[in-house]
Amino acid sequence: MTKTFPVYLLGIGAIGPGFADWPALRAILREEQAWSRAATQVPALQVLPAAERRRIGIVVKLALAVGLEAAQHADRDPALLASIFSASNAEGENCHALCDALAGSDRFISPTRFHNSVHNASSGYWSIATACVAPSTSLCAYDASFAAGLLEAAMQVANNSEDCLLVVHDSVYPHPLGSVRPMLDNMGIALVLSARPAAHALAKLNIALSESTASPAPLASLAPLQSGTPGGRALPLLHAVARGLQTTLDLEYLAPLSLHIGVEPC
Amino acid sequence: MSLSSSLGLGLHATLGALRESRSGLSARPFETVELATWIGHVDGVDDVILPAHLRHFNCRNNRLAWLALQQDGLMEAFSAARARHGAGRIGVFLGTSTSGILETEQAFRRRDEAGNLSPDFNYRETHNTYSIADFVRHVFDLAGPALVVSTACSSSAKVFGNAQRMIAAGLIDAAIVGGVDSLCLTTLYGFHSLQLLSTEPCKPYDATRNGLSIGEAAAFILLERGDVHAAENDDVLLLGVGESADAHHMSAPHPEGLGARIAMRTALQCAGLQAGDIDYINLHGTATPSNDAAEAQAVAAEFGMRTPCSSTKGATGHTLGAAGGAEAIISALCLRHGLIPGGLNITQRDPALHVNYQLGNVATPLRHVLSNSFGFGGTNCSLVFGRRGEH
Repeated sequence: MTKTFPVYLLGIGAIGPGFADWPALRAILREEQAWSRAATQVPALQVLPAAERRRIGIVVKLALAVGLEAAQHADRDPALLASIFSASNAEGENCHALCDALAGSDRFISPTRFHNSVHNASSGYWSIATACVAPSTSLCAYDASFAAGLLEAAMQVANNSEDCLLVVHDSVYPHPLGSVRPMLDNMGIALVLSARPAAHALAKLNIALSESTASPAPLASLAPLQSGTPGGRALPLLHAVARGLQTTLDLEYLAPLSLHIGVEPC
Repeated sequence: MSLSSSLGLGLHATLGALRESRSGLSARPFETVELATWIGHVDGVDDVILPAHLRHFNCRNNRLAWLALQQDGLMEAFSAARARHGAGRIGVFLGTSTSGILETEQAFRRRDEAGNLSPDFNYRETHNTYSIADFVRHVFDLAGPALVVSTACSSSAKVFGNAQRMIAAGLIDAAIVGGVDSLCLTTLYGFHSLQLLSTEPCKPYDATRNGLSIGEAAAFILLERGDVHAAENDDVLLLGVGESADAHHMSAPHPEGLGARIAMRTALQCAGLQAGDIDYINLHGTATPSNDAAEAQAVAAEFGMRTPCSSTKGATGHTLGAAGGAEAIISALCLRHGLIPGGLNITQRDPALHVNYQLGNVATPLRHVLSNSFGFGGTNCSLVFGRRGEH
């Protein structure tokens, strides 16, 4: 058995198809509300200057919205959190627009589109919006982007003993990339993780590497959400937290590995 | 470790170019690009044929990676590390900014009338940002943790932090770190759109610097826990990692280099060193007016005018997501061979930049080297390296 790394989950943010925030997703996971696959609605932002707000794409809006929800839920000042942003596609619309323009004859591309095309656009705008100078990174592990981000968060918490925000988010590509990399819808999941217990902590997570099979969707109806987005891979964990279960589960990571998580309600 | 860039393939070519103050930049054409600019092009990338079982990874970025893996005995060294530690105990943490997006750029030109991509287009193993780590994991049949860091031009510096944390936590014993970025239309036309691309070979820290030159490179380093690896005298040690965010602007650095200062100071603290212990700083030094001005302020504030420093981007070009790894290897070569490389293409030091910028090579023993990497989004990373004999 490999080493286990304990982290305390202090807060959650969530936006995706059929849920506008964590309480809405929690109600679905508790079967208080049936899941309906309504298109993801990203709320209007209250942060960033208006000029910047107009420039940002959907994936940055998702990151800011779920990150702020999780920080508030965790009762943590976002300016003091180290942060990890993990995504497979990141900003699909922007990538399409750049490739389309570069395939044209004049190849004019907007400078704003270009600097917003970096995988770390969410990280950059997050640090600007929250005036946070703490370390922030941007990761990719294709469909394993949630587990890769959570494992990195556990490493940061273990090494630095500092609270850490994890945002796993993605946006769909328009056609034709959307046909070769289909994704259910835009989605963002944010967790605030800490080395220390807090009065309002939601759960203690004991994280380890394993070679077990990943846990199936916690509710059969949610299988398309779990398999259709990298963030959806978090559903078995979010289900256990939503229901206050003491359990163990395995999240999809990079074959042959899974992320084995012991969940203890706080 | 090994570096392949426009300076040549492998460490011998790289060190030779540094010693001869030779730049790899050229005004040669690339693909269908019609821009007046100089590039750091790696010859022979298009001649690479990937082995059949890796053919689905075929794209310029992974061909460049494969070419680099054939240098300096990396295939043998990484395979030996796998045998030594086990496939599950080696992490793969690599940086890139644009991955294999050139494949998609070209595929978009060949879309059919309905806008569909050609049936043989493969997104996952080429364009997707994770592709390079997936590729290396498959080349060496590894089964441990992996990820790609994509934080623009700090990507392959930050991967040292990922590896250091996971090794310190005891989850792995070794890691393949570094970065690969290759020429593509997105970055050439993108930096052009921001008016950050020079029409000349880039001139870091020059009074008349007017932008960067884009290069491509593949840098690979095997990091191992000090206590599980038989010590060798030419070992280079990773002593400190410092990361920060500017919280200022997406494409312009903080004007006083606030985030850069935090990154350098954190890296020194992590290494347990003082500013005076650093004998050479390999600057980020992109040759854009704003980057060099902000970085120089930060360096002057932390180090004063004493510490010798230079940017090697006049030699390699700015290799973007590979720059942190490339300059980590250059820093390691400087430590091993007692070399402070003078900055290239500079005719007149900018008098407004109050740092000890080196115009020519100096042969001198070095104890510690600090390397800076900063990127769009205000992402900063500084690394400190030293020699085993000193620690």
